[in-house]
Amino acid sequence: MDSEGVMSEFSLANLSICIYVLVLASFIGFEVISKVPTMLHTPLMSGSNAISGIILLGAIVVSVGQISIVGDVVAYIAIFFATINVVGGFVVTDRMLSMFRMKKSGAK
Amino acid sequence: MKAELVSFIIDMAFLLSASGFFVCLKLLSSPKTARRGNFIGAGAMLLATITTFAMERPSALLPIFLAIFLGSLVGVVSAKRVQMTAMPQMIAIFNGFGGLASVLVAIAEVVRLYFVHVNNPSVLFSVTAWFSVAVGAITFTGSTVAYLKLQEIMPTRPILVRGTRIVTIGLTLATFFALYLLLVDPKDMLVFFGLCVVASVLGILLVIPIGGADMPVVISLLNSYSGLAALAVGFVVKSNILIISGALVGASGVILTRLMCQAMNRSLMHVVFGAFGGVELSLAAGEEKPMREYSPMDAAMLLKNASKVIIVPGYGLAVSQAQRNLRELADELKANGVHVSYAIHPVAGRMPGHMNVLLAEADVPYNELFDLDEINGEFETADVAVVIGANDVVNPSARTDKSSPLYGMPILNADKAKAVIVLKRGRGRGFAGVENPLFTLDKTGVVYGDAKQSLVKTILAMKEL
Repeated sequence: MDSEGVMSEFSLANLSICIYVLVLASFIGFEVISKVPTMLHTPLMSGSNAISGIILLGAIVVSVGQISIVGDVVAYIAIFFATINVVGGFVVTDRMLSMFRMKKSGAK
Repeated sequence: MKAELVSFIIDMAFLLSASGFFVCLKLLSSPKTARRGNFIGAGAMLLATITTFAMERPSALLPIFLAIFLGSLVGVVSAKRVQMTAMPQMIAIFNGFGGLASVLVAIAEVVRLYFVHVNNPSVLFSVTAWFSVAVGAITFTGSTVAYLKLQEIMPTRPILVRGTRIVTIGLTLATFFALYLLLVDPKDMLVFFGLCVVASVLGILLVIPIGGADMPVVISLLNSYSGLAALAVGFVVKSNILIISGALVGASGVILTRLMCQAMNRSLMHVVFGAFGGVELSLAAGEEKPMREYSPMDAAMLLKNASKVIIVPGYGLAVSQAQRNLRELADELKANGVHVSYAIHPVAGRMPGHMNVLLAEADVPYNELFDLDEINGEFETADVAVVIGANDVVNPSARTDKSSPLYGMPILNADKAKAVIVLKRGRGRGFAGVENPLFTLDKTGVVYGDAKQSLVKTILAMKEL
């Protein structure tokens, strides 16, 4: 993933690797996620939502090599919103999961 | 040689973080390990971010760190402050931000190409950039509308305007026309901005006609969209980790959407294209049988003499913030030797699994919560079923009445219990606007009033007895 001329030389070999990755990841994803019990579906959703904030990496990548102010600003705003998605998502998931208890915790 | 080694190490670091995401989701399959899983996911994200820095070596670090700092600040503060009842809208808006970020990333890349004079970008670039802008924008505006509806800033009922469908179809065609234009000239900025506008309007129009009861489906669906948008960006910037994570999120969104549709007995097409509980549903159901009214004392007596009680909580419970009072009632019952369990319908809330979180917050141990398949056989041996703020999910006509709009929807068989106590705010119907025969059965008694008040009174009455 060299930053120079990223777009221009997208070979078919590269594309086929990307598709391999996509298809295999989808299969494993379906397998793993199907096993999550209903009880944990809300944390699953907020957790996977946080993972979709991975777009942050894309935002950092495109912020490099910008040679216009417009490009810079757009990329920084993207970083800002992606970070909210990531950080907020993981923190809120942790908050929810910390409440799931097996037995009654005498306190409160 | 050295450069090759560095890029190998970077690749391996990305592989490690991708594996972290899989482990994270794997550990989410049990409440015991879920929290650890979430930590691992967060760690994997941190590793991926640091690796990206190592790979790209951005020269202007300050603005990037500033953006990350501000984003983290907003994220942490809102995540810490949000009420558990408001969780669906919180997730919706975070999700929307993810979609917005995808749009911006694609646009930034287009802007870069516009100024850097690279030889013409490939077809693949056109397609994936188009996809991430279109899906990202739909995710962003759609999630925003969902947020406004759930937050009740906008009316939650389905908003139907004549001709919406034609406009929707027209806009969908317009997005495909944009794809054609981009294939001809991938650097046409005007087309990209036009596409942003069209897709944004499309996102609004797709969610506006959807009613409050269908929100769990919409949120799941938008969740999978944000995954797909990230995936497309992965193709734009050629990043395997983006593709893997996008696929994971897409998969989880698709699975949850399908489950929610099954739980509500509605096809996805129906949710997206036909509003539920709309005006056309006739409310003139005819003769209304009277409901028998119980005082809190009646309820307390019935409960105290029971040996097995199943509680069916619905969203009405959360609306009156009575989860803790419910747990107190359960504690009181347990102190009297009554066996208590909770029956949780998949859509007992505003998003998948929402009720479990709400009850967990009130310190209800999760091993007392059972989902539909686990508990439905138990109702027959239960002395009392207590239905609190739930309606459609216990409507027996879903089993029997073919003419009911709920027909075929999986429900909790509260009507099979020996006696039923219903805590209800008013005499109204559920979201679907359908009459509920459970409420008029001979073995059913209804305690009217706010769920919290009714619970407090019932607990007091039990203590007096």
